[in-house]
Amino acid sequence: MNSWRDKLIYIILVGSASTSILIVVLIFVFLGKEAFSFIWDPGFSELWHTKWIPVSFKKEIFGILPLMTGTLLVTALATLLMIPFGVLGAIYVAELASDSERQILKPFIEILAGVPSVVIGFFGLVVLSPIIKHLFGLNTGLTALTGAILLAFMAIPTVLTVSEDAIQSVPRAFREASLALGANQLQTIFRIIVPAALPGIIAAIMLGVGRVIGETMAVLMVTGNAAKITLNPFDSVRTMTATIAAEMGEVAFGSHHYQALFWIGIFLLIMTFLLNLMAQRVLRKYQMR
Amino acid sequence: MKQIKENIMLNKLSKLSAIIFLASFFIVGCSPKNGEKTETVQYLTIKGSDTMVHLASDWAETFMKTHPNIEISVTGGGSGTGIAALLNGTTDICIASRKIKNKEIKLASEKGISPNEIVTSRDGIAVVVNPENPIKVLSIEQIGKIYTGAYKNWQDVGGPDQQIIVLSRESSSGTYVFFQEKAMKKKDYTQDAMLMPSTSAIIQSVTQDKWAIGYVGLGYGVKAQDKVKMLHIKDQANSPEISPSVASVQNDSYSLARPLHFYTNGALNGAAKEFVEFVLSKEGQKIVLESGYVPVD
Repeated sequence: MNSWRDKLIYIILVGSASTSILIVVLIFVFLGKEAFSFIWDPGFSELWHTKWIPVSFKKEIFGILPLMTGTLLVTALATLLMIPFGVLGAIYVAELASDSERQILKPFIEILAGVPSVVIGFFGLVVLSPIIKHLFGLNTGLTALTGAILLAFMAIPTVLTVSEDAIQSVPRAFREASLALGANQLQTIFRIIVPAALPGIIAAIMLGVGRVIGETMAVLMVTGNAAKITLNPFDSVRTMTATIAAEMGEVAFGSHHYQALFWIGIFLLIMTFLLNLMAQRVLRKYQMR
Repeated sequence: MKQIKENIMLNKLSKLSAIIFLASFFIVGCSPKNGEKTETVQYLTIKGSDTMVHLASDWAETFMKTHPNIEISVTGGGSGTGIAALLNGTTDICIASRKIKNKEIKLASEKGISPNEIVTSRDGIAVVVNPENPIKVLSIEQIGKIYTGAYKNWQDVGGPDQQIIVLSRESSSGTYVFFQEKAMKKKDYTQDAMLMPSTSAIIQSVTQDKWAIGYVGLGYGVKAQDKVKMLHIKDQANSPEISPSVASVQNDSYSLARPLHFYTNGALNGAAKEFVEFVLSKEGQKIVLESGYVPVD
């Protein structure tokens, strides 16, 4: 009886631990099932056009390249913005801030992390986009850069909090040894502590990038959603997530457009999957040293 | 051991079903008593076009005041969503700002549904620009060329040397398709067109961006008149310019106008019939006018 119960508990534990695997597999299967027949009906090569024209009286074109470049541009810009703020902020909070400063900083960082993305998007539309427009003398403030700044706002708390944990978990002995050898505080931080915490910091950045790629509402509201291939931060772009969110509600079930939206989902999933893989590679490489 | 367990299970199951069985009697037995006090409530669901949501809920609210035994729920989502819901049998009435497509009619007959079309009111689409823009009149051809990307500068239509910022609704909007059909002669939108998630986002953007052009329902345009300028429209280059208004939409002189439809499955009966009769009545058409749309005639 006892061993039987042990086995049951074991099975329950294994089951709960592998739920994520099951869910990932199910998502892949589900996405694949909905998107599959697109491969031969309009043809897989239809996805590699340079135009996304899902509603047309003449011929619908489902090229996802402009959507991919849109997502990549916004993500790259947001990453460039969030790394300095997130990582330097974490260094300050973990190493230099006094207790009272930390007590003010930490709650605010947590509040920023909890602001719903629609609210951030609304803020972007009404406040940030006019600022961007005037600052750079543009005709409109709905640009890739506006979206990237908002996404950086949303990702900074994640990057900052996780990096701070990484920095704080560097053994005390490292710090003391460095100071004892005559290094000053800045040298200790940038030559000893940050390199030691680097795997954690990189993981933090990757988490932030993951959040940025998947974010939908804020970019839908401020990037202008013009599906064109561009690398200009002051151009309007349409991201993959915004496309799915804007078009899925209205699309005819089982149509080519519907299947194309599922392909966007699959590519989005593959992108985040590769990102995670890369993050793990980096982590392992640094841990070996 | 196993046998006994199964027996217990069976026992439990049969007890459970007995309880459900008895309970159902109880519920059935009770309902006539309640029925004596209030008549049976009929539910009516309306779903579809975002353009028509406000109008439909205004109708529903007034209608429910005089018909306490009918409960109506109205949800948006877009004309396509509404038609899809009609085909799936999840809504009684579909509101649509465009005509049902042949593809959808074919799909409906496959599912054994025969869509029945009722014109409830009319809507005009106003082309809006920033009040500081000197342009006052555009022809349909010029508007089409702006939206297909042939004209990229306000100079092309006699304005100042400024790049045109083209604003459109999302491709899921019924207005998007209607505008494409009427103003752009079924050509594709330019890749530079910025697709805005809502009418209010278009108004917001035109208010902020001096050289933007957008299109909105006449009702919204009239409400935002102090923030945006509604352009007068010429059907042909040499035809008279017509300003968007109730009168011009009604007498069909304004080019960018459309009927707003109800679609139901087959012939009307019961609550749906009463509601449609109300909508087409004098009182219902008065609400159309009050909501910024245009009565049928």
